[in-house]
Amino acid sequence: MTIDSGRDMETQFAEWRTYMGRRRAVRATDVEELEDHLRTTVAELVDVGLRPDEAFLVAVKRMGNQDALAREFARVHSERLWKQLVLAGDPQASATDRARRDLLVAVSFAAVAAIGIKVPALFGLDLSGDEAFYQRNISLFALVPLAAYVAFRRRVGIAPAGVLVALFALGAVGANTYPLAEDSQSFALTFIHLPLALWFVVGLAYVGGDWRSQRKWMDVIRFTGEWLIYFVLIALGGGVLTGMTFGVFRAIGVDIEGFVQSWLMPCGAMGAVVIAAWLVEAKQSVIENMAPVLTRVFTPLFTAALLTFLGAMLWTRNLIDIDRNVLIIFDLLLVVVIGLLLYSISAREPATRPTPFDRLQLALAVSALLIDVVVLLAITGRITEWGATPNRAAALGENVILLANLTWTAFLLAGFVRQRRPLAHLEQWQTRYVAVYALWVWIVVLAFPPLFRFA
Amino acid sequence: MYVTKDLVAASATPMVLGILANGESYGYAILKQVNEASGGQLAWTDGLLYPLLHRLERLGHIESGWRTSSSGRRRKYYQITEQGRAELADQRRQWVAVVNALKNTWPAGGLPPLPALSLGV
Repeated sequence: MTIDSGRDMETQFAEWRTYMGRRRAVRATDVEELEDHLRTTVAELVDVGLRPDEAFLVAVKRMGNQDALAREFARVHSERLWKQLVLAGDPQASATDRARRDLLVAVSFAAVAAIGIKVPALFGLDLSGDEAFYQRNISLFALVPLAAYVAFRRRVGIAPAGVLVALFALGAVGANTYPLAEDSQSFALTFIHLPLALWFVVGLAYVGGDWRSQRKWMDVIRFTGEWLIYFVLIALGGGVLTGMTFGVFRAIGVDIEGFVQSWLMPCGAMGAVVIAAWLVEAKQSVIENMAPVLTRVFTPLFTAALLTFLGAMLWTRNLIDIDRNVLIIFDLLLVVVIGLLLYSISAREPATRPTPFDRLQLALAVSALLIDVVVLLAITGRITEWGATPNRAAALGENVILLANLTWTAFLLAGFVRQRRPLAHLEQWQTRYVAVYALWVWIVVLAFPPLFRFA
Repeated sequence: MYVTKDLVAASATPMVLGILANGESYGYAILKQVNEASGGQLAWTDGLLYPLLHRLERLGHIESGWRTSSSGRRRKYYQITEQGRAELADQRRQWVAVVNALKNTWPAGGLPPLPALSLGV
């Protein structure tokens, strides 16, 4: 074999690899395994006297039709398309029947959610008059139907379903039994943290009682990202619809403000919570892994922004203007950075080698860490001076939790970039850490109000 | 002679488990062994062996690991687990039952004799 034909063969292998690797159900390691087979076959055929290019053709032919092969891989590795919910339906029913039934189920749950928000009105609790009641309970109204929908689709067993009900009941107790003033910090904290706490219960429904499975928790993380994107899209569309309807009716002298405020918006929002979940599952193939795509776009931009900020901080030697909200801003920054890391990990095949993008992520993590450490150092003294309030304790606690996660994430990521450890470690770390977040938000909801004497 | 797809598919799992019960192996070698064992009469599409291996791994019948082969490439080796051995024994019993039933129902003359299936069960 001359050098030229050798190079030619490599191009052919590369083309084959690209073509095979394009299929969603076939991962890079599978392509590697198949390629090993292909190369062994070629070598054997060359040994018995075939020319390399002939041998390649024969080997590819023996490997079989790529579509059929990809289909078989998809059947074995359904999680790669993470369509389990869609596939979980009756295998006998045709695809269109199943799709129609799924839609019907989703619409029913959405309708229940939409009606649910209006039920308290029957008991004289008005949306505009009893805002505090709705603020306390909005997440229950939104997430109970969602969890029920997910649990229904997952065919969750009796025991896990009981746990879900108990947790929602606990959330309802946390939201309603403490004597919190509407303008108190604890009230605002519960308003922010209860949805998060309940979202983990939805996650529990999503893993279908199998809460030790890391793969399923990774699916929950994926689901969360995609759900959020769909929900925002629906909300944007809903905003346009509301504005239009409002304007059109005003043109004919009919004021529908009351209808929009007390029916269209609350019912629409509650229904959209369920519909977004249905869209995530049903339209996977249409908009697959939107979150990782956005991650790819924004990781370089955020890295640039953070590095510039870090540079500016060092250059000007300006101390961070320590104001009460500064911790919250930096908490949000850490959330965004961890989200960016998380969603690119969630879409990766754990067995692949590090790419330049992984180095970029490491840079992002390290710069966020540095900034946060500076902020924490600057703020620690001031916190003792200000005294502990629920807001500060929550913001500080969150900062520490996120910082701990990011530090270890950066460490694991560095190990991966230097090819010292597999990416799977990072994935395990992130899925396990979900429990820490869940525990913390539940503490804020249940323990903070009594701890701070309902301040 | 041509063996129908259904028969090929039905015999694939016990065949792969049987081959791996003799020691760990990788895709290409497994196919070669199937070919030799059947005298070339069982035509497998090469590629389809891999989804099957992945399915058996997922079911816990076999385990896999990547190692560098003598050719210098990374190669995925498979080996049978205890559970896989139990599955193999079970499938053997089923095949013996099928073969015995066939033996007892087919007319004696005019067809090639059915070889004795000595599986030691």
